[in-house]
Amino acid sequence: MTDARIAVRIERADGPGQPSRWEEFRVERRPNSNVISVLMQIQRNPVTADGRKTTPPAWDAACLEEVCGSCTMNINGKVRQACSALIDKLEQPIVLQPMKKFPLMRDLTVDRQKMFDALKRVKAWIPVDGTYDLGPGPRQSPEDQEINYVLSTCMTCGCCLEVCPQVAESTAFIGAAAISQTRLFNNHPTGKMHASERLRGLMGKGGVGDCGKAANCVQACPKGIPLTSSIAEMSREATKQALKDWFFRDEHKGGGGPVG
Amino acid sequence: MAESYIVVGGGLAGLMTVIKLAEAGKHVDVFSIVPVKRSHSVCAQGGINGAVNTKGEGDSPDIHVKDTLKGGDFLAEQPPVKGMCYAAPSIIYLLDRMGVPFNRTNEGLLDFRRFGGTLYNRTAFAGASTGQQLLYALDEQVRRYESEGLVRKFEYWEYLSFIKDEQGACRGIVALDLRTMEIQPFASDAVCLATGGPGVVYGRSTNSTINTGSANGRSYRDGATYANGEFIQVHPTAIPGEDKHRLMSESARGEGGRIWVPKKKGDTRPGREIPENERWYFLEEKYPHYGNLVPRDVASREIFSLVKDLGMGVGGEDVVYLDVTHIPAAVLDRKLGGIMEIYEKFQGVDPRHNPMKIFPAVHYSMGGLWVDYEADARNNMVPGSPRQQATNIPGLYAAGECDYAYHGANRLGANSLLSCIYAGMITGPAMISYAKNAAPKKGDVPSTTLQNARQQWVERFDKIYKMDGPENPFVIGQQMGEMMVKVATVVKKNPELDDALVKIQEMKERWKKSNVLDTGRTVNQSAAYLNQLSNMLELAHVILKTSRLRDESRGSHYKPDFVLPKPKTPKPTDDPEFMAAWKARNDKWLKNSLATWTPEGPRVEFKELESLKNPILSPEPRHYD
Repeated sequence: MTDARIAVRIERADGPGQPSRWEEFRVERRPNSNVISVLMQIQRNPVTADGRKTTPPAWDAACLEEVCGSCTMNINGKVRQACSALIDKLEQPIVLQPMKKFPLMRDLTVDRQKMFDALKRVKAWIPVDGTYDLGPGPRQSPEDQEINYVLSTCMTCGCCLEVCPQVAESTAFIGAAAISQTRLFNNHPTGKMHASERLRGLMGKGGVGDCGKAANCVQACPKGIPLTSSIAEMSREATKQALKDWFFRDEHKGGGGPVG
Repeated sequence: MAESYIVVGGGLAGLMTVIKLAEAGKHVDVFSIVPVKRSHSVCAQGGINGAVNTKGEGDSPDIHVKDTLKGGDFLAEQPPVKGMCYAAPSIIYLLDRMGVPFNRTNEGLLDFRRFGGTLYNRTAFAGASTGQQLLYALDEQVRRYESEGLVRKFEYWEYLSFIKDEQGACRGIVALDLRTMEIQPFASDAVCLATGGPGVVYGRSTNSTINTGSANGRSYRDGATYANGEFIQVHPTAIPGEDKHRLMSESARGEGGRIWVPKKKGDTRPGREIPENERWYFLEEKYPHYGNLVPRDVASREIFSLVKDLGMGVGGEDVVYLDVTHIPAAVLDRKLGGIMEIYEKFQGVDPRHNPMKIFPAVHYSMGGLWVDYEADARNNMVPGSPRQQATNIPGLYAAGECDYAYHGANRLGANSLLSCIYAGMITGPAMISYAKNAAPKKGDVPSTTLQNARQQWVERFDKIYKMDGPENPFVIGQQMGEMMVKVATVVKKNPELDDALVKIQEMKERWKKSNVLDTGRTVNQSAAYLNQLSNMLELAHVILKTSRLRDESRGSHYKPDFVLPKPKTPKPTDDPEFMAAWKARNDKWLKNSLATWTPEGPRVEFKELESLKNPILSPEPRHYD
């Protein structure tokens, strides 16, 4: 137990549907190390703690500044970005596992496509008329900008889905990220004009109504996005929209329905 | 058969190209090694330039043109710079309409701040994660086109090479699925590379780990001309790290941040306990006009020399202070929140109350694939000309950091987001014109051409999977990076470059003795890396070779053995002796380096700038005193 090196245990699998196994590594301790720099060290010398040659573990990474969301994984049982997981602050052995609420690709990499699909469902964009020069956008107060800016820092990392009890392979819950994005676009002066369409995307199977109010998401969000407020607000708005749609259902039949 | 288009890369330049094509009703396939929302554009922090002139300063696009050309020491072709600076205000407005949460004034208008290399408040910003916010806005627009069926995304696919027909034109690409390791050919009427910069050639830089420059390296090997490779920007302020160096945006200084070191060498007191009169604000002292906001190459050289030559780094280490502690915490959170958070998270120290420890780091490549342009007699860019952003390979375009245009010998801060978007805006229409006028249609590409191109790559990868030599490719990559940082960053010396040119050949030989480490066919990152590394070695070779050949100092390329004398008058133009030396230097070196791949190494020619025959601005000495 006098080993000054860093001990890492990694849950690995060779591909989708393949059995998982654990491998343990020891790497030299360096100042300012984080989980990514440790994985890089393993890559340069892929040998397990008991001296067996192995393949370098696969993981996703890009910016390493906690703005791209790529390197999200479970570290000592907590879902977070590997780049901002500093070794000095982690208990050893450091246990690395892939996210569990997404299809596994290999080792620490998973497929988070369903999060991007969810953004389509809620039409998470401002439908601009075109890229031609149409002058400035609408004025906004600094207060509104500050609220929207925080909502807009969501990097689709998936932490909120990973910790959500309502998200499982057998369920369809859209998750906090997309709900909060709906709020972002419905807050925008132009986005507001199309609020109903986005709210309809939050209704029905897997919609905002499926939230179980566990509030784990807001704790797990690395960007401090007020996800539970977003869910509360969108839930209220979706209910109002559903009532409106019911009361005015005749008008919708008349061809004035949703436009893309 | 309707024409179709391929864009490789989903950062700002790529996505804007996609939007322009889709808006015209064209089908686009976009290839990216990561989900496009995770592209490196997210790392840009400080803002985007545009002379909107909202602060009563009399700013204008013409001054923006001048700042940009002078910032790059007149090595950029001028009409594209003019086009970009004139389009800048409308680009910012477009992004505003797309919903980018730009910071606002009390009146609800866009706010602008100062950046380096200019005296005007010209930079629109969204906190200190402007790149992220811009990328998200374009990502959202592309998702809208995706849901309409105009755009298909191939995420986790890596570009391997373009497909050449018998006439030498680009007719599509071969790509690798990074998950299944499947290799496929894709036909197209025109291809745009928007694959970013080559930071990973330097090992640790401010770049994302995905910025290998591999697509550029491969295209260069296949005949595309690589221009101005020697111009690599070293950003003055980054947090040195074990895995990467994290950028501390120039906007920290734009908002009033100050750079200093203790006057007493090796002072061990914590920064905030050192009294004002014992601090040396060396940039403000030497450059009273621009102060901490001199261009990046100038600031990096000053910091580097202070630390390396004078040993004045904080506590004897390779760091200086970047200090924002005099700015109220609430202002810092509102305008610089993103970077305050990064420093706090990664260093465990609150920068609102403690000066940050920073050092220069490799940041951006001004060089890249050579691209054409077409301007009229008044130096206005010709709209829709198929020559805009076209490489020397017909049908192959390049936009964004992977092209060489716009920034000359040094890029000004907050001009990169702008150049990416502007390049994308003109590349889309150029590709459409090309496909309409010149090119044979996609349907005409013989299937044998496609299958042969694929087969070539299948065989290459079969060889990679069989590599069982003693060398670990990741170790070769690390050593390449360390060498490049040592010899080809802030200060360059010919003997060191000569030595590195020998070593890079050795590394290419060692690559052949690599071990693939992994023979699997699912997410095999080692096999993909071996291919990337071979392309990175080629780019490193270009950077070293052109650095060796350019015997002058210009922008980011600095050789102490080849510097101009210091002017003896406050205005350099008043010193005839200096002006004679300056003119002689320009006659010889005001040229773009153009590298062509050969089996023996890069063949380099230095070519005069086209636009200097009828310049918008005649070159003038670059000084910021």
